[in-house]
Amino acid sequence: MPYVVERKPLTLSERLYFPQILAGMRVTLKHLIAPNVTMEYPEQRPAIPPGYRGVPTLVMDPNGREKCVSCQLCEFVCPPKAIRITPGEIPHNAPTAHVEKAPQAFDIDMLRCIYCGLCQEVCPEEAIFLQNQYSMTGYTREEMVNNKARLYELGGTLPDSHHKWDKKKAAEAHGNAH
Amino acid sequence: MSAVMQLWASLHPVVQMLVKGLAVIGVMFPFGGACSLIERKVSAWMQGRPGPNRAIPFWFAWIPVIGPFLQRLGVFHLLADGGKMFLKEDSLPGHVNKFYFLLAPVLAMIPALTTVTVVPFGAYLDDAGRLAPLVLANLDVGILAVFAVSSLGVYSLILAGWASNSKYPFLGGVRASAQLISYEISMTLSVLPVFLMINAPGGDGSLSLFRVVEFQSGTSGWHGTWFILTMPLAAVIFLVSLFAETNRLPFDMAECDADLVGGFHTEYGSMKWGLFFVAEYSHMLIGSGVFVLLFLGGWNPLPWVPLERVAGWLHLVDKPLLLGLLSIVIFMGKGLLFIFVFMWVRWTVPRFRYDQVMKLGWQKLLPLAIGNLIFYAILIAWLQPKF
Repeated sequence: MPYVVERKPLTLSERLYFPQILAGMRVTLKHLIAPNVTMEYPEQRPAIPPGYRGVPTLVMDPNGREKCVSCQLCEFVCPPKAIRITPGEIPHNAPTAHVEKAPQAFDIDMLRCIYCGLCQEVCPEEAIFLQNQYSMTGYTREEMVNNKARLYELGGTLPDSHHKWDKKKAAEAHGNAH
Repeated sequence: MSAVMQLWASLHPVVQMLVKGLAVIGVMFPFGGACSLIERKVSAWMQGRPGPNRAIPFWFAWIPVIGPFLQRLGVFHLLADGGKMFLKEDSLPGHVNKFYFLLAPVLAMIPALTTVTVVPFGAYLDDAGRLAPLVLANLDVGILAVFAVSSLGVYSLILAGWASNSKYPFLGGVRASAQLISYEISMTLSVLPVFLMINAPGGDGSLSLFRVVEFQSGTSGWHGTWFILTMPLAAVIFLVSLFAETNRLPFDMAECDADLVGGFHTEYGSMKWGLFFVAEYSHMLIGSGVFVLLFLGGWNPLPWVPLERVAGWLHLVDKPLLLGLLSIVIFMGKGLLFIFVFMWVRWTVPRFRYDQVMKLGWQKLLPLAIGNLIFYAILIAWLQPKF
């Protein structure tokens, strides 16, 4: 049964036009007085809601250890192929030598990134997060590629209570390594 | 002061008129520019935005409260916009008919600034205690001169449209000319009752705008009533035609961004384009000025409260300069109110379709205007002997 919209003939006030225009002018006058709905952007910043997907960043754990182990899952999952990782070994004498690997270089090309968040979703180490940073600008293509140092600078440290690698090391010391 | 007055009196009358004319144009031109800023601000406020509020010369930023306030008002955007127009590349497309293309913006300005001469913008009491108008040329043909000269403005639109040698400007020019010509008739017919009213049979007739205001300057009865109260329909028809004549929304067929890019001025840039806009705003200023003179009592502050009476209250009778300024302020105030109404309507009503514009003009407004004229002609013929 099709839904029939009833087309009423125009009333007298609608055909006279002026009452309708005056009613419209009343509405616009109300808006003239009403407070602005816009935000003056560079001075006022919008409140970022939780779960916002901003610029992807690399984060450290509370002990200051870089969490990325360069498993390259994000590189493989990245739909626009914006991520490029060069895996590297961790020196034996380093305090984090018990961790498998670390990225030697980690580049995210922000001209390719589509902010889909798949890298964050796929990361087994919770090392990559799309955080609140929403404004990425630059004058050259090179500037728009975030290297590892820049990614950590943007990411900072996020709270994390897993300490997965420390637990693994402790377990190994107690002789029940899997 | 008296030395200046003596110097002024010793000048040749032609030089005097030239200086006066330049002074009025010197006021009109920036006002036309200022209207574009007011338009931007009003549209912004109606859309819930702050509007232009960034530009500020650094020396104004040093003034504590006033500087930022002016910045928020966007006053300096006016200068920035104007300056930008002068500094932009003045491109001349290769495919245009150069002579007429360059002529069109000039032609747009001429009628816009010429009509000012016959529009009185204030009044003072001369030595004999009689009301004298502040006007460049108090012609007896007054309103006729306004209509005759301002309708020349359509030539600039046609020229711009044709000379651009491009389809959208062409269509815009054709539409604009058709629209201007059709609404001119109802506009002229709508003001005739006013002049029937002020010209008593037997006396010498006049179409002077000053006479219209004089008629509305009484203190009681018909002579103090503003014509908008006695002839509301004529006022409405005149106002609607004024919207159409000045190419303002809802009648901006000439520009019609959605289907004609920019209409007749699509191919224009920099100051040539700016001239079209100053001309449009000047037309608006003069149009609202004429409306105020015809229907809203000109420089009289309230119905039945004429300027002379206010002069008596404020002891300004023997100070023509101050009284003249006061009358100009009152007149400009009413005029600016109408400028605001123009903008208010622009940001309220969507654009008519072209056939609707023509239908409204020929099938609704024209019969209304003729009917209105006949009605008032009979009414005035019946009433006039009684007052």
